[in-house]
Amino acid sequence: MQDQERFAMDDMKPENVQEPYTTHLLHYYDGTSRHVLVKDEEVPFPEGKLIVSRTDLQGVITHCNQAFVDMSGYTEEELIGQPHYILRHPDMPKAAFKDAWDTAASGQKWHGYVKNLRKDGRYYWVYATIILNVRDGQPVSCTSVRRKPSRKQVDACIELYARMKQEEAALMKQEVR
Amino acid sequence: MRYVMTVSPDFPPTKIAGWYIFNTWLQRQLGEHIHLELYQDFASQRDAIRADNIDLIYANPFDAAMLVRERGFVAIATPINISDEAIIAVSADSSIHEVEQLQPGTRIATTDDPDVNLISMIMLEPANLSARNVETQTVDTYVLVAKQLLQGKADVGFFLRDAFQGLSRMIREQLRPLVRSEIHVIRHVLLAGPRLQARHDDLRQLLPAMTADTKSNSVLVSLGLQGWELQGQEDTEFMIDLMDTLVD
Ligand SMILES: Cc1cc2nc3c(=O)[nH]c(=O)nc-3n(C[C@H](O)[C@H](O)[C@H](O)COP(=O)(O)O)c2cc1C
Repeated sequence: MQDQERFAMDDMKPENVQEPYTTHLLHYYDGTSRHVLVKDEEVPFPEGKLIVSRTDLQGVITHCNQAFVDMSGYTEEELIGQPHYILRHPDMPKAAFKDAWDTAASGQKWHGYVKNLRKDGRYYWVYATIILNVRDGQPVSCTSVRRKPSRKQVDACIELYARMKQEEAALMKQEVR
Repeated sequence: MRYVMTVSPDFPPTKIAGWYIFNTWLQRQLGEHIHLELYQDFASQRDAIRADNIDLIYANPFDAAMLVRERGFVAIATPINISDEAIIAVSADSSIHEVEQLQPGTRIATTDDPDVNLISMIMLEPANLSARNVETQTVDTYVLVAKQLLQGKADVGFFLRDAFQGLSRMIREQLRPLVRSEIHVIRHVLLAGPRLQARHDDLRQLLPAMTADTKSNSVLVSLGLQGWELQGQEDTEFMIDLMDTLVD
């Protein structure tokens, strides 16, 4: 599904992120990369709300609701037309998103816990569902709806994702050799 | 041909007369014979839909998926400024102040209103609660939900926001909202079935224009609506996709 070449997104800007923060280089599926600035500070999920977005079949954001805009820290204009990885946090293992894409592309619902990165370098945890939107038998877009996650599940995911990241790093090293 | 209109059973009882008035108005405008059939509960209304007995329905968003995707209904209009929001409330003297304090075994009082139940269960997820580890008591009306709370027979109650706000002041003051949804896009929608196909465009003309003359406007008033706005098929599909992400 994701197979379009595109221009690299700009690096995150220090003027948007209060110190202290760490800098990471993220490599995206489309071959582009950018530097992201990350703070160890969580923003709580807004009570009673759903965070909603829609993408085209390449994962480019075509629609998002106010809660999505508010939580991301970007403006709606900054989000529409950008790949959804604009929110990717370096603590998220690649395998989690691969599973999401494979599951949604096959027409099944994907559920998972996701740590998202905001424009200001802070993060927020969500429980996300992604589905493929089918019209007249044809896949046309994807919808994702995020809700407030249970802390217990998030804590379990923090451990799980850290382990997955380690495995991914170990695999990378092997490949290099 | 005689058509049948029905209304999602979660409409406030005080609006029964309003729906009859609306039906009379609609029959006159369309020059068609339409019978208004009201069902006691969602289950019997769904049976009627599956038996292809319904032509026009003011549908609960939860049922919209089945109506549109399985029964060929199309969206006509949605009431202006009304969305389905849920409130989870506790008794005013409850020791529970945040959802996260709720424990497995929590006793829930609720009605059979499917979208309120869906939204409310989602708002309990942060406490790691799901249908598997709660005790649910289903009662007939929101007043009875309140009563269960006041009598200490339930820990939390699920309410349609408008129903909660419509409770008598005396009851409301003995309750405390724990969490309220702010979803905005889950809305009741007026859907028309395939047999009415030839009149869909007329409906799209008539309904949004109701605010324009005093007679039709008084019909809206009796329904408790500010007016109808057109709802495109894609808006409805979007709402259905969204509901789809919320059901397992
Ligand atoms: C509808 C939809 C919603 C998505 N939401 C997010 C999101 O909130 N955060 C995120 O990091 N990735 C999200 N993704 C996945 C991204 O497209 C992307 O795969 C991910 O950020 C990992 O980047 P990569 O594919 O370049 O490795 C979403 C994808 C789809 C189709």
